[in-house]
Amino acid sequence: MSAQAAARTSADTVRASGDARLSVEQVSYAYSLNPAQAPLFTLEATSFQARPGEILAILGPNASGKSTLLKLISGALQPLSGRVLLNGFVTHALSPKTRAQRIAVVQQESRLLFPSRAWEFVLQGRHPYGRPMRFETEDDVIIARNALAQVGAEHLSDRWMDQISGGEKQRVILARALAQQPLLLLLDEPTLHLDIGAQVDLLDALRRLAAENRYTVVVVTHELNLAAEYADQVVLLQRGKSLRIGPPANVYQRELLEQVFQTPLSVELGSTGRPRVNVLSG
Amino acid sequence: MRPLSLQRLLLRCAALAAVLFVVVVIALKLGAVPVSLYGLGRDLIRVMLGRSSELSTDYGMIVIDIRLPRILLGIVVGASLSVAGTSFQALLRNPLADPYVLGVSSGAALGAILAIIAEPHLAISPELAALFTPLGAFLGAAATIAAVYFLGRREGQIDSSTLLLAGIISASFLSAIILFLMTTQIGRDMHGIAFWIMGDLSTPLQQKLRWVLGVGFVAAAGAIYTTASDLNLLLAGEKEAMHLGVDVPRVHLVVYIAASVLTGLAVSVSGAIGYVGLLVPHVMRFIFGSDHRMLLPAAAFGGAIAVVIADTLARTVVAPAELPVGVMTAMAGAPLFIYLLRRRLA
Repeated sequence: MSAQAAARTSADTVRASGDARLSVEQVSYAYSLNPAQAPLFTLEATSFQARPGEILAILGPNASGKSTLLKLISGALQPLSGRVLLNGFVTHALSPKTRAQRIAVVQQESRLLFPSRAWEFVLQGRHPYGRPMRFETEDDVIIARNALAQVGAEHLSDRWMDQISGGEKQRVILARALAQQPLLLLLDEPTLHLDIGAQVDLLDALRRLAAENRYTVVVVTHELNLAAEYADQVVLLQRGKSLRIGPPANVYQRELLEQVFQTPLSVELGSTGRPRVNVLSG
Repeated sequence: MRPLSLQRLLLRCAALAAVLFVVVVIALKLGAVPVSLYGLGRDLIRVMLGRSSELSTDYGMIVIDIRLPRILLGIVVGASLSVAGTSFQALLRNPLADPYVLGVSSGAALGAILAIIAEPHLAISPELAALFTPLGAFLGAAATIAAVYFLGRREGQIDSSTLLLAGIISASFLSAIILFLMTTQIGRDMHGIAFWIMGDLSTPLQQKLRWVLGVGFVAAAGAIYTTASDLNLLLAGEKEAMHLGVDVPRVHLVVYIAASVLTGLAVSVSGAIGYVGLLVPHVMRFIFGSDHRMLLPAAAFGGAIAVVIADTLARTVVAPAELPVGVMTAMAGAPLFIYLLRRRLA
């Protein structure tokens, strides 16, 4: 990219970020064990925006930088250059508490050291709103109960977290994120270990929640077809480089996907008007 | 959905305090010299009214001047070890963590011994000299937990079994140094080997140290309690806790220092009493659940109750001879440790 083009892109970014809730601006990152050595992994400068109510999917093969990008968005990692803005605030610069009031993160696996009940788990989402020694208020209980209801998991309230199925657990974890009342919802492979029915249930819930609560949702996923079906925007990564950003129909090009995923495949338009990927064996 | 309320917390603490009171009364009554409940009550009231000079009999003197201070010491030591154990379990995310198993108690004992050896060679005023042993024990505890923490890491992550192995190896290494020092430093005014290795409450506490122990316990346990709800989230992992608004490095630092203070204080006055920090938190978790806002005070009361009972047994089962209190706690604690380890591996 020429210097002129770069300047134009960054000017566009500034203009566009006016109405965007999440604005990722020329964010890059480099991993290295030893600062003297060449980095083991780099994420090249990446920019995109997402508005309230939008679902954005981050796609790419293993080791393409999906989770790193998600960590940069969440503010857990500090970018090497560029910045991530949420409603105009740099996410990395927020205090842990303020950040937790605005950004909820659903991780791949939640392992508990000691068992707890689902309602206790969901109430943890109210932690960023409490003072250190405070006990949960009536409001916290109402918010947690609503969060469980929003993901259709009221009936799980009194169950132990280690005695419910993977799909049920994923719902409770999502409910805890909702109890944080965030602006931005980040999910790292939420459909991993779920059967197809549970995957569709979860993504249906996400789409409904994004629309109802005006969340901005960012999902890291391996599921090309589910991303095509549910995402408003897709970021396609390969080896730390964002190859294409836009609506699924623009990103899902056969040659591009074949090159990124190193496998022959076909792309057609599904009955919903969204692209559909089929892997061609042999 | 019924989250913990202040009222429920206080009610449960009151119940535990009542149990502790009953245990203390029984412990005062039992011993080589029998005491009647009536005489006990009468003498206790006289002491509370500041009329100790009117104490009727030698029996009263035994109860008030010997048994009561020893029981109070047991209460603070038990509460300290148990709160330290609860904190280490959350901090290291390991249900088998305990100051004794991790070698932290041995480190504190070595620190205390080194302080006792070094003290005459340093020009310290007598007032500060009393503080010197607990300070050495704190530094020994803090250094050991740091060493065990780094030895227990594999590929940047705390590994449960590596951590326990590191702790057990450290404990045995430090005990060897303690035995070496005890053998080569004969003739000094120092407790015996059994005191440092097994723990013993029979040595009366120096007057000056009473304040250090009391204030130190309240400050350190209070500091840990301010992180109680953060510890609840840390159980699910450091990343999860961070995303829920926990300032993870700050909580680690507070709990690490305060738990080392508690271990150091307890060990400097009673030696390395084992398994209290392992056994009691598990029993309390079983009864009250794993919410640290409830668990930490429950562990404090439970630790006090457990050590007073263990020490009463140590005083009485082979009377007129006495066992170190650590013999009783290890006899009860080691089998539980094995049970928990087996269940965890299953």
